[in-house]
Amino acid sequence: MDRIYLDNNATTILDPRVKDAMEPFWCQLYGNPNSLHTFGTEVHPYMRLAFDRLYAGVNARDSDDIIVTSCATESNNTVLHSVWYDLIRTGRRSEIVTTQVEHPAVSNTCRYLESLGAKVVYLPVNSDGIVDADILREHIDPERTALVSIMWANNETGLLFPIRELASLCRQKGILFHTDAVQAVGKVPVDVQDVTVDFLSFSAHKFHGPKGVGGLYVRQGVTLNPLMHGGEQMGGRRGGTVNVAFLVGMGLAMELAVEGLPHERTEVRRLRDRLEDALRAIEGVTVIGRRDLRVPNTILVSVKGVEGEALIWDLNRQGVAASTGSACASESLEPNPTFVAMGIDTELAHTGVRLSLSRFSTEQEIDSAAAAVRAAISRLRTISPTAVH
Amino acid sequence: MAKSDLIGGTLWESYSRKVNDRMLNPRHLGEITPKEAEARGTRLVVADWGAEVCGDAIRAFWAVDPATDRIVDARFKTFGCGTAIASSDMMCEMIIGKTVDEAMRITNIDVEHALRDDEATAAIPPQKMHCSVMAYDVIRKAASEYKGVDMDSLEAEDIVCHCARVSLRTIREVIRINDLKTVEEVTHYTKAGAFCKSCIRPGGHESRKHYLVDILRDVRAEMEREAAAAAEAAPRPKAFAELGLIQKHRAVEQVLDEKVRPALLRDGGNLEVVDMKAADGVTEVHISYQGACKGCPSATAGTLSFVEDVLKAELDPSVRVVPV
Repeated sequence: MDRIYLDNNATTILDPRVKDAMEPFWCQLYGNPNSLHTFGTEVHPYMRLAFDRLYAGVNARDSDDIIVTSCATESNNTVLHSVWYDLIRTGRRSEIVTTQVEHPAVSNTCRYLESLGAKVVYLPVNSDGIVDADILREHIDPERTALVSIMWANNETGLLFPIRELASLCRQKGILFHTDAVQAVGKVPVDVQDVTVDFLSFSAHKFHGPKGVGGLYVRQGVTLNPLMHGGEQMGGRRGGTVNVAFLVGMGLAMELAVEGLPHERTEVRRLRDRLEDALRAIEGVTVIGRRDLRVPNTILVSVKGVEGEALIWDLNRQGVAASTGSACASESLEPNPTFVAMGIDTELAHTGVRLSLSRFSTEQEIDSAAAAVRAAISRLRTISPTAVH
Repeated sequence: MAKSDLIGGTLWESYSRKVNDRMLNPRHLGEITPKEAEARGTRLVVADWGAEVCGDAIRAFWAVDPATDRIVDARFKTFGCGTAIASSDMMCEMIIGKTVDEAMRITNIDVEHALRDDEATAAIPPQKMHCSVMAYDVIRKAASEYKGVDMDSLEAEDIVCHCARVSLRTIREVIRINDLKTVEEVTHYTKAGAFCKSCIRPGGHESRKHYLVDILRDVRAEMEREAAAAAEAAPRPKAFAELGLIQKHRAVEQVLDEKVRPALLRDGGNLEVVDMKAADGVTEVHISYQGACKGCPSATAGTLSFVEDVLKAELDPSVRVVPV
């Protein structure tokens, strides 16, 4: 059975060109870049190229920092813990403002900081499923707010938040702004000179790079207390021997992702829309979020009368990988806060299924996947007591 | 936490083969029409439980022989994940051929056990247990309808968790049947407290008549009182000091076999009881060391006090051990 991978918001296939680029750093160029001898110094040009690619990818200035971390979770933790340590623990400010729909890498870290004494405000999304500047404006205050942390694009819905406006509002008020851009990098243009964020997190494996490596952009002059204390790597901002192979891989993956943005905007979007249209044609199927507000690769559908986990189980049986935020499939049984905020019928709260494409998705795969979804829905609706017929 | 917990995403791997099979090919899926029920000379019972809002909903159809109260056929329709479908299907299979009263004795545990591939391995992971509870609930709902209890009587029940519509009685029963010890377990098994969380403890966004923390504490206290009463009622073994010398010797040998000799044997030693004396409220156990214990420097120090401590703790503080 040919398998079809439509869970690219979870992780992506490593681009074979990235795999090739990493190859020399296992058995030939394996020196520690902090060593003084040739084994160490000979990897420096490759690291420099990788950093150049990362900086160019998000349009960072040379005076800014992009710290290489193990993943976006580490990047997010670094920012939140640093703000706690530097601004909140010291009593200079008291609050972190974030949203109700952040990834656990932000939300659970915030909950942990609450247990240490930080105050955290979780902003609701509006009926479009996003946090807008009006909501944010009401909840920030330069006296209290230490940091605003808002994702660039939501992992489940693919909805893009108005980060440019939100970051600029915080800049005007002298409040630090962090964005978890994991679902944005490689899908939409990310430019830190156009969008005035102070911190930005990303992860290589979301854009066809290796797992286990990520980045944290830090604007010049912004205080950052390290999370990982140790050696002088990353200018003392993140200890630990640099994983050169992964850094090289992430650098190339970033360059390829940015080069691929026009393709993302046209071809990936075309395939996504093709799949979306096929799904919308099925009775009782709702797509969450306006198409023009979403990244080009993501569809979150709700299927009347069909529970989300049952649907992805059936799709998996047919060789199609998708994911669900259905409360039933996760440890927590809470309905999706985006669904609630967007006023989606509460009966649909357990029916969300996400399909996410990549530049490796093909039209044939999309058509097969659409057929598989139709078959699964039809089978599960014969079981359901409440289905539309 | 343990080695097996370090790899995530194991939800589906935890489903038994039977669960997987019934998710895909349920045997008892469908409806029983009034016509069909009538043709078989049976009474049709249709019962709904759960709601889509809560993530799963089941409709059970029973054809019951009114002469014998026997369930001649049972079918279902389920909105829910695969485990809800598999549990519904197994529930139908288990009640066919049973009387309504017999069916009411089937619990969610029985359904889960029937879905196991082997006795020792759970059919579904803990966070999915509520799906089997739903199968248990719908049996009671259908039975109450068959017995002519007013449809609204269940609605009038003392509902603790309104989101998931879980009654006080269900929560109390599920705690008892499954020996639940934490609120998290109660939530996994019943879904109570999984949604708005108001019913977990006071201080949520709505105030409630019942809270899970209080119910759990009260039921646990009742269970402990009952266990204590049961222990009280059971015949108590005679105290060591009251025993005759032969009975005392048997008791000593038993403790030595269970708690002492295995440790000595590991080091190639052993001991033998050569005599016992009881006088002035003290029981002397005279022992002779064997094997590696014989002549071991510890035999009169560490080992001796180990043997004596075990006998004191297990039998009576008046025991003395005398090496000969």
